[in-house]
Amino acid sequence: MAQYIIRRLLITIPVLFGILTLVFVIAHILPGDPCHILLGERANAQVCGDFNHRFGFDRPVFDQYVTYLGNFAHGDLGSSFRTSRSVTSLLLERLPMTVELSIYALIFATTVGILLGVISAVRRNSKVDVATMAFANLGVSIPVFVLGLLLAFVFAILLKNTPISLPPSGRLSPGISIIPLATRWGLTNDHGFIRGVVDFLSNMYTVNALLSAQWSIFFDGLRHMILPAIALGTIPLAIIARITRSSLLDVLGLDYIRTARAKGLAEPAVVRRHGMPNAMLPVVTIVGLQVGGLLSGAVLTETVFNLAGVGKAVFEAIEGHDFAIIEGFTLVVAIGFLLINLLVDISYAYLDPRIRPS
Amino acid sequence: MAAAVPPADLVADSFATARPASLWRDTLRNVLRQRNARVGLVILGFLVFFAIFADVLSSYDPTTVLFSAGEKRLTPPCIHVLGCPSTQVEHLFGIDQNGRDEFSRVIHGSRVSLYIGFVTVGFSIIIGTLIGLVAGYAGGWVDTILMRIMDVLLTFPTLLLAISIVAVLGYGLVNAQLAIGIVAIPVYSRIMRASVLTVRSSDFVIASRALGASAAALIFRRILPNALTPIIVAGTLDIGGAVLNVAALSFLGIGAQPPLAEWGSMIGTNGISFIFNAPYLIAAPGIALSLTVFGFNLLGDGVRDALDPRLNR
Repeated sequence: MAQYIIRRLLITIPVLFGILTLVFVIAHILPGDPCHILLGERANAQVCGDFNHRFGFDRPVFDQYVTYLGNFAHGDLGSSFRTSRSVTSLLLERLPMTVELSIYALIFATTVGILLGVISAVRRNSKVDVATMAFANLGVSIPVFVLGLLLAFVFAILLKNTPISLPPSGRLSPGISIIPLATRWGLTNDHGFIRGVVDFLSNMYTVNALLSAQWSIFFDGLRHMILPAIALGTIPLAIIARITRSSLLDVLGLDYIRTARAKGLAEPAVVRRHGMPNAMLPVVTIVGLQVGGLLSGAVLTETVFNLAGVGKAVFEAIEGHDFAIIEGFTLVVAIGFLLINLLVDISYAYLDPRIRPS
Repeated sequence: MAAAVPPADLVADSFATARPASLWRDTLRNVLRQRNARVGLVILGFLVFFAIFADVLSSYDPTTVLFSAGEKRLTPPCIHVLGCPSTQVEHLFGIDQNGRDEFSRVIHGSRVSLYIGFVTVGFSIIIGTLIGLVAGYAGGWVDTILMRIMDVLLTFPTLLLAISIVAVLGYGLVNAQLAIGIVAIPVYSRIMRASVLTVRSSDFVIASRALGASAAALIFRRILPNALTPIIVAGTLDIGGAVLNVAALSFLGIGAQPPLAEWGSMIGTNGISFIFNAPYLIAAPGIALSLTVFGFNLLGDGVRDALDPRLNR
């Protein structure tokens, strides 16, 4: 088991190195002049010379690469071309919102997706199955931004003043504000790792409200998360439903399931106790693979619902041609994606004992 | 002992009625047998029809501003048979924020989407196939280096890597297509490499090599045609995704640039600010875009099921 985890960790190192190199290649070697892109008509030889010197673009490529790796090792992702603000601090400030949204979207996609997949597989070829799979096909075809705007239109405009109306933008209703956990817990003078974690949790408003038992704020924050989470989670939901269905159908056709049925076990118990555990392995893989999609979908969802997460920061960076922020975010997400898939691989060892000795 | 010989007319007759086997005809028949594929083909049939006859079907040029004709921005749809007064000029999907006829723009958008889908995936297939062929045929360190690069590309979420590439190359439809195309290359290179490795050790390839066929002849005459099926399946499945991703880049303002009638950019420029007072400007391109992607996805599913019987259930 330990050997498996160590081997998996060792495989991750060259991939991490590859990710860092690819982002460097995109930012520094692909044709495209940041100075001209950023400054447009104001760019001239003098201004661009200063600009390239300030950001080190006039140095040899290998020097730039070494500096870039060194900075990364220190957690420095460079600074914004426009505001000179550190990209790391900007991402840390915005990341909790995106993580919070992604968690809700993933919970929605996983629970509903697996449920629909199981129903489809158990009632194979029934009307429910056909309808679910048609929904799954449609779900992967509707762009996140179209679905987001559609949901906003239905729940904020058509259903306005009804009990099921939902807010189309923002994180909390006007007039409601939330006190940072650090202030509440008297940690304002602390600046260490714990303060960082507390600030991170604090910026996830529903978590903050939950930890400080402010129920009205918790439910208000949750209401604001529903539409973005549905918009972001629908594509993963559809994919998870399809994989669950096909994986469970495979398993339900195996001999040991027939044995379970033959010994008189009720069908729900056959599916739950014998079918599901073995059908879950591909589903776990797919759930892990969806995380990257969720984080890039956040760029679209946060833009539609006006949520100040990293996705919105990337959109603002796109508008301002500030690609230092875009590269920083791409790097963070790719590495996050890599680590999550590492966790997924390690979780296999728990789910499937056959993997352990190999 | 005399062997039993069938009557000459029977032999001739059986040759006359048996049509020569054709891979493409069999494939087409198998594809058409899939319900998903039939629905997908109908939807795409409409799309192709709209794309071909866009100029005939739409009353206005998609980029012409109609202020001089007395039209006001954000005019809601006016359809005479649904009770819109006949004194008013008919605009099926209304007028957009720049005074252009939305219906004409949506119809012309079908051309742009078809072009985006096929060109983007075509680019990925050509480059990915070449990389896969070289890696699979050459083997050794060439294979290792190329495939590790592909592995790294696969680690990135599609849209995000594409945003990074477009941010560096500059905003525009061609660069957006290029970015989405680059991101999809690893899929094809891996499929092609796997196919090459399988086909390379087949008897007919070994026989060709023994007959003195050159490397290029082996690759392009023997290996490539036999490895194309999985590429076609993956390509068909990918077109919908390519249309979706390029539309997402256009929505963010870094793909197709106005005044080009591209559905993603039409939603982007209208969407967020006009959802409250002009939802029809989002509904029309939004539905068109979703249906197009839906059609390609259904066709892709059908082609996969038809060409890969193992997945057929």
